[in-house]
Amino acid sequence: MDPNVRRQILLDNYQHPTGHGLKEDSSYIKINTNNESCIDNLDIMYKIKDGRIEDICFDGEACAISTSATSIMIQKLIGKNKEEAQRILDNYEAMLDEREYDKELLEELNAYDEIYKQPNRKKCALLPFESLRKIINKL
Amino acid sequence: MNREDFEIFKQDPSLIYFDNGATTQKPKVVVDSIVDYYTKYTANAHRGDYDISLKVDMAYEGVRDKVKELIHNKKSKEIVFTSGATASINMIVFGFMKYHLTSGDEVLITKSEHASNILPWIDLAKEMGIIVRYIPLENHLVTIENVEKMVNERTKVISLAQVTNVLGDERPIEKIGKLCKENGIYFVVDGSQSVPHMEIDVQKLNIDFLAFSAHKMLGPTGVGVLYGREELLENLKPTSLGGGMNATFDSEGRIEYKSLPSRLEAGTPNIAGVIGLGSAIDYLLKVGLNNIHRHEVELKKYAIQKLEKIPNIVIYNKDIENGMIAFNIDKVFSQDTAVYLNHYHICVRAGNHCAKILKEDIQVKNTCRISFYLYNTKEEIDELVRVLEQSEDIFKIVL
Ligand SMILES: Cc1ncc(COP(=O)(O)O)c(C=O)c1O
Repeated sequence: MDPNVRRQILLDNYQHPTGHGLKEDSSYIKINTNNESCIDNLDIMYKIKDGRIEDICFDGEACAISTSATSIMIQKLIGKNKEEAQRILDNYEAMLDEREYDKELLEELNAYDEIYKQPNRKKCALLPFESLRKIINKL
Repeated sequence: MNREDFEIFKQDPSLIYFDNGATTQKPKVVVDSIVDYYTKYTANAHRGDYDISLKVDMAYEGVRDKVKELIHNKKSKEIVFTSGATASINMIVFGFMKYHLTSGDEVLITKSEHASNILPWIDLAKEMGIIVRYIPLENHLVTIENVEKMVNERTKVISLAQVTNVLGDERPIEKIGKLCKENGIYFVVDGSQSVPHMEIDVQKLNIDFLAFSAHKMLGPTGVGVLYGREELLENLKPTSLGGGMNATFDSEGRIEYKSLPSRLEAGTPNIAGVIGLGSAIDYLLKVGLNNIHRHEVELKKYAIQKLEKIPNIVIYNKDIENGMIAFNIDKVFSQDTAVYLNHYHICVRAGNHCAKILKEDIQVKNTCRISFYLYNTKEEIDELVRVLEQSEDIFKIVL
């Protein structure tokens, strides 16, 4: 991805993230993702209906990488069922691990295609997806 | 000061190392002392009757004397080598306090302690019903008045860092020590951030137990010190059993332990590490801890005066006289700032500095921390200031 395009995607999603702000709604499942090696701390809430992700929102203190990744993840996942969400998760992980992956499927998530060069930030990029891993079986 | 003594700055002249609260660089003499042990007289301690083994004994026990002098103690046998401050505090809590406290006894700590001075207490509280209470902070600081207010007839322990790793504030240790003495309270001091940077006198301060790590004072990793008054160490139950610490044992289960301090140093110790610590102490005493402290305070004053002029820099501990600066770039997450500074070879720490519950008190959860040591310079600060002044570009660098 062109570095300027990449930066613009990340910056937009960091400064104006999708789904920012938690909801007072008990039909959401709340998951806290505490990144093991660093200090990001996000609460992410999922609303699941009829086997699909109906809504996601989040709040917390986190770096630009994990905040923007959360925002893009939310855009990608809303409306998805279990298989679709799993496919996004698998391909995203493959990209971060420098394995073969479906570029087209990931769309804006391709903005993290070079994050493997900074191992300490890879965890940040993965952080929101840790929460997906925890709820995916509830779909 | 003495920058030329540190190989790393020759290897990498552009390195600006401002994370001395986490660990410090090592002068060549310290590294050499370790290499010497490994290349010229490798042998176990307290074991053989041959020359190099005796040489090891002399070197190893010699460091005990050096530590004794460093903290102005009288007896070498009150100095125990451990693997670090964390291990030392755990020994105090699980080897001593566990057998000398009873359910309902109170331990006073603060929310700005390092995790290693909180978690063992919380664990012991769960195990045996002691009560951990937090001394309220006054503008982040511990005051003797607030300590006094918290003390009652159930208070059995006060356990505090002499200098914190978050803001670098120094606690009124002498007054608290006196209070402890008058009230029969055990006084545990975490010296991790003080011993490397200032003179300390365990006798004058009435300290019962002191813990610190070699790696934060120019020494190697994996070595630390536990100081304890003899009558307390005598009653510290060894938390680790094995060779080197028993005098005799038999198959009936009768064990007799050696005397202090060997009893508390089971197994082959970190001999190379202890020798390195000895060399670090020699070095620090030669430069002079007062000189080091003065240098750090001067660097901080210099830095603050410049950083204050940068509009989007928020500083949290401006007025505390020490060598530590906690700051953020306004509206930027501390980790992003650290990654940005790293781009210019400036090493700072982002995070909550293992003091996770402090965030309940100060509203900012995470900060960037700069912590100076003797080899830092005003030129390095000028570079930091230059980089922070142009930080509107930060996301061009970190993203
Ligand atoms: C105040 C304080 N106490 C204890 C420790 C723990 O030291 P170590 O990790 O060397 O055992 C540290 C180190 O970060 C510290 O700053």
